[in-house]
Amino acid sequence: MTELLQQLVNGLVSGSFYALLALGLSVIFGMLGVVNFAHGAFYMLGAVGAFVLLDTVGLSWWLALLVVPIVLGILGMAFERLLVARLVSLDPLYNFLLTFGIALILQDVVRLRYGVASQPYSRPALLDGSVDLGLFDYPKYQVFVFAFSVVVSVLVWLALTRTRVGVIVRASTERPELTRALGIDVRRWVTPVFGFGIALAGLAGVLAAPMRAVNANMGADIIIVIFAVVVIGGLGSVFGSVTAGYLVGMITAVGNLYVPAFSQSLVFVLMALVLLVRPAGLFGREEGVRT
Amino acid sequence: MATKLMAAVLVAGVTLAGCGGGPQSGGGKVSGDAIKLGVITDLSGVYSDVGGKNSVEAAKMAVDDFTKAHSDDAVTKNIDVSQADHQNKPEIANTAAREMYDRDGVDAIFDVPTSSAALAIATVAKQNKKLYFNTGAATTELTGAQCNAYTYHYAYDTYMLAHGTGTTVTEQGAKRWYIIYPDYAFGQDMNKSFTEAIEKAGGTVGAADPTPFPNDNFSTFMTKAPNLNPKPDVLGVMQAGGDLVNVVKQYNEFGLKAKGVGLAVGLMFDTDIASIGVESLSGTLFTTAWFWNMDDKSREWADRFKERTGKRPTFDHAAVYSAVTQYLEAVQRAGTDDADAVRKELDGMEFTDFFARNAKIRAEDHSVVHDSYLVKVKSKSAMKEDGDFTELVRKIPAAEAFRKPTGCDM
Repeated sequence: MTELLQQLVNGLVSGSFYALLALGLSVIFGMLGVVNFAHGAFYMLGAVGAFVLLDTVGLSWWLALLVVPIVLGILGMAFERLLVARLVSLDPLYNFLLTFGIALILQDVVRLRYGVASQPYSRPALLDGSVDLGLFDYPKYQVFVFAFSVVVSVLVWLALTRTRVGVIVRASTERPELTRALGIDVRRWVTPVFGFGIALAGLAGVLAAPMRAVNANMGADIIIVIFAVVVIGGLGSVFGSVTAGYLVGMITAVGNLYVPAFSQSLVFVLMALVLLVRPAGLFGREEGVRT
Repeated sequence: MATKLMAAVLVAGVTLAGCGGGPQSGGGKVSGDAIKLGVITDLSGVYSDVGGKNSVEAAKMAVDDFTKAHSDDAVTKNIDVSQADHQNKPEIANTAAREMYDRDGVDAIFDVPTSSAALAIATVAKQNKKLYFNTGAATTELTGAQCNAYTYHYAYDTYMLAHGTGTTVTEQGAKRWYIIYPDYAFGQDMNKSFTEAIEKAGGTVGAADPTPFPNDNFSTFMTKAPNLNPKPDVLGVMQAGGDLVNVVKQYNEFGLKAKGVGLAVGLMFDTDIASIGVESLSGTLFTTAWFWNMDDKSREWADRFKERTGKRPTFDHAAVYSAVTQYLEAVQRAGTDDADAVRKELDGMEFTDFFARNAKIRAEDHSVVHDSYLVKVKSKSAMKEDGDFTELVRKIPAAEAFRKPTGCDM
């Protein structure tokens, strides 16, 4: 029993990354109808960025946690303005190809400079060691990752529900045509939301740097699961993607314990089941599906 | 629409994850007065630092040294090296090898990390009756059931890794093992070899779990390890490259050492140690075919390699150099690049060079056996210079390091 609980905690920790990434992907999709294939690449840039800043100017992990997402957010906004925006009015496949290409380019740029070997990044000293969770000890850093991701998700949720800007963004995310019809300039919010989504990916990357291998491929490896998470949660549903993120994390962890060879397929089995029963995803609304 | 789009996205995602550069191949017509060497390796993926462009460079370095040494009596002055990227995929490796042998008239192929790709090329070598020297892949199949007269296996294999590390760690008192291995040919082969070695040395493997490949989250196994009954003395990890980095980071995170579960690594290169950081690994035992600062002779070569490439060589780079050199010398002695004549020169040959010590090319199964080394990762304070990661624990004599010829019928 304790072991199962431990696995669920493991799942919540890996789910934290899924949740942050899916959250960003989801707001971007909702707002622009763009499936941002470069999301994994920005996650990778977050981790690599933290490493580069540590390596060149000795910037600590704590500061990287602040600086890297801001820088990537700005980069994301430029990316949206200069490239993505030009293709939005066309078939979504164009933007899909664009972001796919950008992902490859970013990956190759990092590979060109640092090769494929992982870069060393150690844990911040403050989060070394483990904490007693009652039934078992657990690494302090991972507890922090989970707590941090929950706080970020809750803050995003509050911002979306309790502020005027949030309401506009949410309305534009979930019912763009209707919002426009009410005389609200949806376009104005597109760029900041895109940048925000990218910043979240970067944040997840910085969080990953001390506990995962930092290399050019880390984004490409995780992005497929993220897409499954977003589909399970419901495309464009903010609450859905976060919940599905933690859910998928837990399923994978428990799967690893009981059926290790099959654990990665479990996510996609779940995705298939969800699509069969609720085509719009667990928390998506039927009419939200554009045909 | 949205659902359909996501399906397309997922398919493309799989493509992205396995994507690398396009294949390249050397051109040139077959000329009677030329030796052509081909290096097929991973130029952009997970093994491109272990092998990759520096394997090509090692081959070129061997050619330059050979040309210099035989400035007046060389069988030919025209030796060229071409390269191809196999992206760690057997079908691409197969095509690249065919192009090299058939179209470009390549006489011998070198390197080839990734076991499945290596086995594909061995088959092509056999069909074309052209030589292939594997230094990059670890599977014992190359000199076992799938051996052939034109394929030589240099440097290392899963048996040698398992019997070096598995046997010693068990004999030192870590009797109970828990093994995790990546779920593909190499990992499965490693698990088998380690289990054999551990059981022979009087240990037991309490549990062995396959892990997804590639994988960035090993927390399940880190939580499981200390809870197993009986509790394992040591966690044997068979992951390579980025996966290995993830495993070791998380092993440390979960404080398994303090919980009494030691760490043994199946296959590790200097590049991995640099990625993980010496602090996290110091004291870890592993087996290697060679390391760059093991003695003056090796260091001298490694220095020249660094001058050329800016990097310290992995044992794969050293093995490529050694294999190219031994091949060219055999051609020189035979006076021809005819594969069967060169083969006669090589089979049964005993030699020693900076890489392969007390080496013998076994005629029965084409395993190139030589001394190998059980080493330990140094502590940070013991490191005297950049890249000085390992210290020798025990030299394993050639006869003991590799398995007896098994299941090979040429």
